[in-house]
Amino acid sequence: MLRRIGVKSLDDLYSDVPVEFIHKGEYDLPEAKSEEEVRAWFKDFASRNTELTVFAGAGAYDHYTPSVIPYITSRSEFLTAYTPYQCEISQGTLRYIFEWQSMICRLTGLDVANASMYDGPTAAAEAMRMCVACTRKRNTVVASSALLPNVLDTLRTYARYSGINLVETWEVQEAVAEGTLDLAGVIVPSIDKYGFIESHLGLAGLVHEMGGLLVEYCDPSALAVVKTPAEWGADIAVGDGQSLGIPLCYGGPYVGFMACRNEWMRKLPGRIVGQTADAEGRRAFVLTLQAREQHIRREKATSNICSNESLMALWCTVYLSLMGPEGMRRLNGICYSNAHYLHDQLLATGKFRDPFEGREFLKEFALQPLCDVRKLQQALLEAGFFGALETEEGYVTFCVTERRTREEIDSLVKVVKEAAL
Amino acid sequence: MKYYDKLIFELSRKGRTAFSLPECNTELPASTLWRATPLNLPEVSEPDVVRHYTNLSQMNFGVDTGFYPLGSCTMKYNPKINEEIVSQFNSLHPLQPEETVKGVKAVYDFMDKALAEITGMKHFTFLPCAGAHGELTGLMLMREYHFSRGDMARTKVIVPDSAHGTNPASAAVCGLDIVVVKSKENGLVDVEDLKPLLGPDIAGIMMTNPNTLGLFERDIKEIAELVHECGGLLYYDGANMNPLLGVVRPGDMGFDIMHLNLHKTFSTPHGGGGPGSGPVGVAEKLVPFLNIPKVSGFHGNFGIILRACAYILALGRENVKMAGPLATLSANYIKESLKDCYRLPIAAVCKHEFVFDGLAEPNGVSTLDVAKRLLDYGFHAPTIYFPLLFHQAIMIEPTETESLETLDAFIEVMRAIAREAAEDPELLHSAPHNTPIGRPDETMAARQPVLKY
Repeated sequence: MLRRIGVKSLDDLYSDVPVEFIHKGEYDLPEAKSEEEVRAWFKDFASRNTELTVFAGAGAYDHYTPSVIPYITSRSEFLTAYTPYQCEISQGTLRYIFEWQSMICRLTGLDVANASMYDGPTAAAEAMRMCVACTRKRNTVVASSALLPNVLDTLRTYARYSGINLVETWEVQEAVAEGTLDLAGVIVPSIDKYGFIESHLGLAGLVHEMGGLLVEYCDPSALAVVKTPAEWGADIAVGDGQSLGIPLCYGGPYVGFMACRNEWMRKLPGRIVGQTADAEGRRAFVLTLQAREQHIRREKATSNICSNESLMALWCTVYLSLMGPEGMRRLNGICYSNAHYLHDQLLATGKFRDPFEGREFLKEFALQPLCDVRKLQQALLEAGFFGALETEEGYVTFCVTERRTREEIDSLVKVVKEAAL
Repeated sequence: MKYYDKLIFELSRKGRTAFSLPECNTELPASTLWRATPLNLPEVSEPDVVRHYTNLSQMNFGVDTGFYPLGSCTMKYNPKINEEIVSQFNSLHPLQPEETVKGVKAVYDFMDKALAEITGMKHFTFLPCAGAHGELTGLMLMREYHFSRGDMARTKVIVPDSAHGTNPASAAVCGLDIVVVKSKENGLVDVEDLKPLLGPDIAGIMMTNPNTLGLFERDIKEIAELVHECGGLLYYDGANMNPLLGVVRPGDMGFDIMHLNLHKTFSTPHGGGGPGSGPVGVAEKLVPFLNIPKVSGFHGNFGIILRACAYILALGRENVKMAGPLATLSANYIKESLKDCYRLPIAAVCKHEFVFDGLAEPNGVSTLDVAKRLLDYGFHAPTIYFPLLFHQAIMIEPTETESLETLDAFIEVMRAIAREAAEDPELLHSAPHNTPIGRPDETMAARQPVLKY
């Protein structure tokens, strides 16, 4: 090989690199490990973690992963492919993305969805940028303080550098109604950071009257039963697909989704798959509307996003196929029943007060602790539970998915009841 | 590959199910907060689902299917052990207290140290989920550095005309204006063109080295000095890090900030377009700002970081030095073997990739035709029509994990296609012929978008 290239050694292939930049000596890395040693290394590291029974949510939900999913997503043809640039040998990827887009439209009620985003919080940040792009010279986005803290953090980060005026408030309707803002958009959660379902009655009309777009941040699993962004009149829906059976895995990889009304289609960031046909009339799928994207438009693109989270979109698509409408309905019913049971049992311990009485929730709720939160969390941890996340306002939240058994719930309640808090 | 025409929705039959959940008699109480529109998802059995997605997978080409010389994408082999180790971390909630995730913390610490050693940076943030996300994060850090010095006027970033499209796009998302610096005839950044661009309004420069032509920017030392002198910082786009793996450290070349694509250089699978991971490393003076930009929800794509960690462990101190040189050897071997039938615009030693500008004697055959014909022969096509400096660009990146036999087979096919171009150009215009579908009507897809079932 060297002879054909016309050089004498591998070093000669770096003759264009100034010699002072060639790294000399050994790298300070461990010696090469055999496959079995690699396996042992990770087994050791994994054993240093504590597996807990999860009663926490806050953007990452412990739903069950059907065994079919990893079996499908680990197929080499899906796993080791790149972005489907050569559509003739990528119809597998293109078809499942088309199915994902279709399912996201059905969950949100909106017209068009993209091929996915990095995660829910970055999807929200892109929606914020999209509001500004769709309303041209307007630059203020109102974000509800009821959004998850990591969504707000990401919004603040993206706003800080792009110069968007991000206004955070608990009183969204009032802030918009004042009419003093150059309003580009409003971002509200479908379910707030405590787990309570929000009503957005009249909000879309008001936002549109003020010239802005309404964005709803949603839990796609809950969208099977809660009012959809389209039903509330929202223009854009975003959220994290993690609740569709993606393992917690310490926070990633997850997948963001994004859908909007038809009129904003050409302002969507990211990849979009469309249906067409080949010369013989066979149905075919391609990456389309690429004039929005960075590799064509460079600095004028709708976003800098290039890779998304395609394999995780497949994960969710297979999940929704397995669950179907009846599975999703039943799943939410079990969550509802479990969470309300825990809620009532915790109140009965006398160690909490319910300042949110009458608010509807599905799987997550908040209570006002009448005890020491640190001690409560510690008692739970010692018993192998992870729950009672403290919010900024001093409430604690619990989340109960379909995976939690009655025995686990009872046992958590027993810990709370018996601990000296 | 055989053509399979179903969508999951078309398999749906009322009442068919594939879920496994206990009975639930809970009826949600009456409320205006529930959805009124019925949820229309497919109703299918478990075998339906498995067979459908297995059929879809068989219309797909991956690295495990065959040679994938897609330039700038570093489609190296993805070791299988890396997939297996992840599931033992699946049950960890991202907000678990530190004392319950000591093993996770140890993995992050190991990776921080290893990547710092490999790149010459001081520390890394692992929040970015992809390369472009890393670029954006890195530019945010660049801005924080200037903000901290009260240097608010630095609102422009210099980007070479050969840069990946994500560079200017990331700069725009970060609120920076873009100044383009030209390349010379030899494909390298024109230092004379750069000099007058430098001034008190320049936040920094984004560079890919080797650049997208696969050429090492040999004036990097002078460029670094000039940019630093004007008060700017140097950003290293790690998309092309593979040929330097184990040979050259960006930190030693004077770069202040960089990202790595763990899904390129560190062998994690591309997943059909993600999930990736784009950790960002910085030099010592930028460490105080490293945790300021919260660019994703939790701790980055931990599952991908685990896979990259397994790759580094398996490679080890001894072998890390071989990765870059062998990738470079493969690329130069293909370049030299094909330069008589494909137009090589810049004859120089390349790094991990290089660019042809179409066929030496096109006979009306375009780069697109060549790419489509390659699919018939069982190879993935190279990156085409990028970089934009050449109208018929064919960008080839073989990586270090391909055998000599594979490289020779690819070379033979590329030569055969050049012969076909001379003898039977129509065969190439109408390629591919052996794939599940022929060339689709992309114009129709964009003009009358059908984006959902």
